[in-house]
Amino acid sequence: MSLANTARAMPTLVRVGVMGAVAYRAELFVWMLSTTMPFVMLAMYSAVAREGQLAGFGGDDFVIWSIATFVVRQFTGSWASWQINEEVRSGTLSMRLLRPISPIVNYAVENLAAMPLRMIIAVPLSVGLFIALGTDLLPHDLGGWLAFFAAWFGAWLLTFTVHVIMGALSFWLEQSMKVMNVWFAGYLVFSGYLIPVSLFPAGFQQSTRWLPFFSQIGLPVELLTKAEARADAGRLLAVQWGWIVLAMLIAAALWRRGVRRYGAVGG
Amino acid sequence: MKTLRRYLRLLAVQLRTSLLLGMQYRSDFILDGVISLFFTVTVLVPMLVIFDARPSVAGWSFREALIVTGFFTILNGVLEGAINPSLNVVVDHIRKGTLDLVLLKPVDAQFLMSTQRFQPWQMTVIPAGILMFVFAFHELARAPSATEIALALLLLGGAVLLIYSLWILVICLAFYVVRVDNLTYLFSSIFDAARWPASVFRGVVAVVFTFVIPLALMTTYPAEALLGRIDGGRVAIAVGVAVAFAVIARIVWRRSLARYTSAGG
Repeated sequence: MSLANTARAMPTLVRVGVMGAVAYRAELFVWMLSTTMPFVMLAMYSAVAREGQLAGFGGDDFVIWSIATFVVRQFTGSWASWQINEEVRSGTLSMRLLRPISPIVNYAVENLAAMPLRMIIAVPLSVGLFIALGTDLLPHDLGGWLAFFAAWFGAWLLTFTVHVIMGALSFWLEQSMKVMNVWFAGYLVFSGYLIPVSLFPAGFQQSTRWLPFFSQIGLPVELLTKAEARADAGRLLAVQWGWIVLAMLIAAALWRRGVRRYGAVGG
Repeated sequence: MKTLRRYLRLLAVQLRTSLLLGMQYRSDFILDGVISLFFTVTVLVPMLVIFDARPSVAGWSFREALIVTGFFTILNGVLEGAINPSLNVVVDHIRKGTLDLVLLKPVDAQFLMSTQRFQPWQMTVIPAGILMFVFAFHELARAPSATEIALALLLLGGAVLLIYSLWILVICLAFYVVRVDNLTYLFSSIFDAARWPASVFRGVVAVVFTFVIPLALMTTYPAEALLGRIDGGRVAIAVGVAVAFAVIARIVWRRSLARYTSAGG
């Protein structure tokens, strides 16, 4: 499972991943449609904004929030926990374990390989809307964009790692996906996916930004569309990457032990 | 009459099997119930935040909007507990080509497919929805009259029929696009918009959600009935649309079934 092996296999893995995504394009499209919650919320927020601003948000601000959230969500989506759970229960994980690269790398590449296809739909949509609504909320300097991309990649990495943790729980719990559902409920409330964190009461806002959920989606969205967040980017990114390191440590420990246990069950 | 009794007996058997299947996993039963309550909370949080800042939105106060949320919650329970589980099995059958086994049985295939699996624990959100009504009417300091309750129940029945028919139509897609096995998510994501009172939507979206995918009929109409703000004409329209969708779904289902080629085709 050496690094050199993994690096050599990478181009093939990516190609297989992209081809897989293209083969299942109808499915991918349905997945994308199932992430339209920001737009459902937008309907309500627009109705609110028609009667006046809400916590500094006007109609256009809500539109921008929903597009940014939708696009960030497209690139932070992961389904590794379901995949791992399924493969552990059905035993097909053995096939992956036989390969000379780590299954985790495999899952990650499969995940990332779906991105270009999602981009074909998400990027023109968002660029068009941003141009129509004005770009003055977006970062104006290179530093701002770098911070956004760091947060965006971090959001994906954190989400993926959480999925690996939940997936690895399947080595012990048959129904680990229920734990995932509880996590998802927390994510819906605190990540900024359904509701911009800036709408929360002031004290609550600050504590919410410390939660891992916020790092999963709200952080890149705020760095893209909110000047105040950019002023505080260093601290917010430190929180995010702190969560990433912690999650990776947990994931690695669980996975290593789980695989050992899995072998015992199969043998 | 005899046929009806036969079908009712069959329904009872199917329900019993699902219940027994569910009771095998008692800890799941409780855990799933708790999780669905969590998701109900995620519906309420944005409402609390919005109505904390505003006395009303699009002509609805918090208490009134809460009744819409109540109906949304109840219908979600019905969808997750009684409609999705069965119809997921159909998609699976279509993909694997095992639908033959169902078609060979001497009962109506649509009936058999629609009743084959229930997940009663998903219905734990229904009391939560009723609790929302109780709270809302307590705050409004009035109680709905018997007629209002009867009308609301009638419209709720229509809403269930509508959801079921729309689901059948979505399922029929699976006959054409066999690869799609995440149709549940597609449907749920459309239904998600039913959480808001219909007057929230404007323009094209409003038209689509009234006539094409009649979300307004599912949650807003029953809520208005309970609030005593609906007239006979709109009730008639709602019932008419529900029946029309059921008929269309039935026709499309039969056509799609004719296209089914099993695994060999």
